[in-house]
Amino acid sequence: MKLIQIGTGASTVLLNIVWLIIGFVAIYAGIKNLLDKENPSRYGTALFWGAFGVACAFGTWLPNKVTGALVLIMCIPAIFRKVKVGHEDTPTKEYTASQFGKIGMKIFLPAMMVAIFSLCFALFTNISSMVGITCGTIVSMILLHAYSKKNTPKVFLNDSERFLSMMGPLCMLPQLLGCLGGVFNAAGVGEVIAGLVENVVPKGNIVVGIIVYAIGMVLFTMIMGNAFAAITVMTVGIGAPFVLAYGANPVVVGMLGLTCGYCGTLCTPMAANFNIVPVAILNMKDRWGVIKNQVMTAMVLLVFQIIYMILLS
Amino acid sequence: MELLKLLGVLIVIVGFALKLDSILIIFLAIVVTALAGGLGFGGMLEQLGASFTGNRSMAIFIMILLITGTLERNGLREAAAELMHKVKGATAGKLVAAYGVLRGLLGAFNVGFGGVAGFVRPVLMPMAEGAIRNTGREPDPDHLEDVKGMASAMENITWFFWQVLFVGGAGGVLVQTTLADLGYQVELVDLAIVEIPVAIVALVFTAIRFILKDRKLVAKYYGTSLSSGASKQTDSTSDGRK
Repeated sequence: MKLIQIGTGASTVLLNIVWLIIGFVAIYAGIKNLLDKENPSRYGTALFWGAFGVACAFGTWLPNKVTGALVLIMCIPAIFRKVKVGHEDTPTKEYTASQFGKIGMKIFLPAMMVAIFSLCFALFTNISSMVGITCGTIVSMILLHAYSKKNTPKVFLNDSERFLSMMGPLCMLPQLLGCLGGVFNAAGVGEVIAGLVENVVPKGNIVVGIIVYAIGMVLFTMIMGNAFAAITVMTVGIGAPFVLAYGANPVVVGMLGLTCGYCGTLCTPMAANFNIVPVAILNMKDRWGVIKNQVMTAMVLLVFQIIYMILLS
Repeated sequence: MELLKLLGVLIVIVGFALKLDSILIIFLAIVVTALAGGLGFGGMLEQLGASFTGNRSMAIFIMILLITGTLERNGLREAAAELMHKVKGATAGKLVAAYGVLRGLLGAFNVGFGGVAGFVRPVLMPMAEGAIRNTGREPDPDHLEDVKGMASAMENITWFFWQVLFVGGAGGVLVQTTLADLGYQVELVDLAIVEIPVAIVALVFTAIRFILKDRKLVAKYYGTSLSSGASKQTDSTSDGRK
């Protein structure tokens, strides 16, 4: 299946190019906001995107301590809510409608390019999916430019800045949680949790381990409102010592663990973005109106996934 | 003293539960865990830098943002609305189900087209109201409330369980790095393949359930007696079509 194979040296070079591009997009967002007189917090915003961009672009070559310091620095304007949105160049309805008139359904082609490239790279090459996504993005940009000469490099950069600013510092949450997981591991948090859970849950029984892990993911996610935060703690503390240590398939247990957490997300008002904000946007009367429609699916999927994990473990 | 290492976990759980600033919570949890775990300040920076550099895959969404906004600028949302208009013999329930299929399939390609604010409210809800009017009935506010709830639920369910099929999505990458920290190497594409049955069950179950639920709601709010073809009016403004 792997028709194209490259060496680790070439692979590292390609990945470094990916991180450089991403870093420069973030640095561009920082500089654009620094120069933007409409932004109420130019310096904080620039510091956030700039520190992230430098750490991302040059992390390969910087000493780890410097990158670590940049990560801490990046958090400071975010914590003090000094990362703001500046001038927004949102396209008008008339503009998008007229572009649709010219381009039509062909717009789906560049829209799907990224996923197609990512999948093809994963299936047919040994090159990282990250490089596949990058190639897909580039092809997609070329197509968009071919459709309309108005789609210049500056438009792509400004639109990416617009979306970065709209998402705000919270878009860094998964990566920061990944860092937290690394620190948990280095400090030996998993062993301590495992030692506590051992008093309640018998070790060595994979089926019991899977059920505790899956339901634990749901409950943790419901309390925290965030499956990404739950999976780092739960996998380190319960998934690894109680399930994976006894030979269960890490692909199945790790990934389904996350989507068991998503079942928790469907059931909790803590996940306000998904369950409470829509109530406001749609002017609904019942605050629980979205959650009520999700509980049944969540239960069915939880049971399905537990059985699936047990069968494939 | 070992239990002190759990302070960071406690901060995460309590912090998120109290809705404190997410980044503040993680910042504190990192610092407290590193110090309680004996890493020291230098060790913490070292570990943090190594983790950040190793976790850069999670920033890949920024690469994709290079086209996300420009796709919107060039009419992606209008194209999705056009596809939705092709649903024949629509009832509100079937429209919600069709939205789920479109949202799920595009979600697997990591393509969003507006969400609740950008699509459900301005496109899907007027279409659902139009579908009810087409049967000669005046939409009941309580029925619309249920349709809104189902549409938002469909939006979340399909996005959660179909976006994990995208190779390189944040969820898969987070699982991959979490497992790598624990010494298990897994491929992103295998993580996506595992989710295929889950995605199908999620969509099929929810779609069928909502179609049946909507049928019951129609009977409850409007009675079953009204014949569907009685006064068929197509209100060209209310169904959002120009």
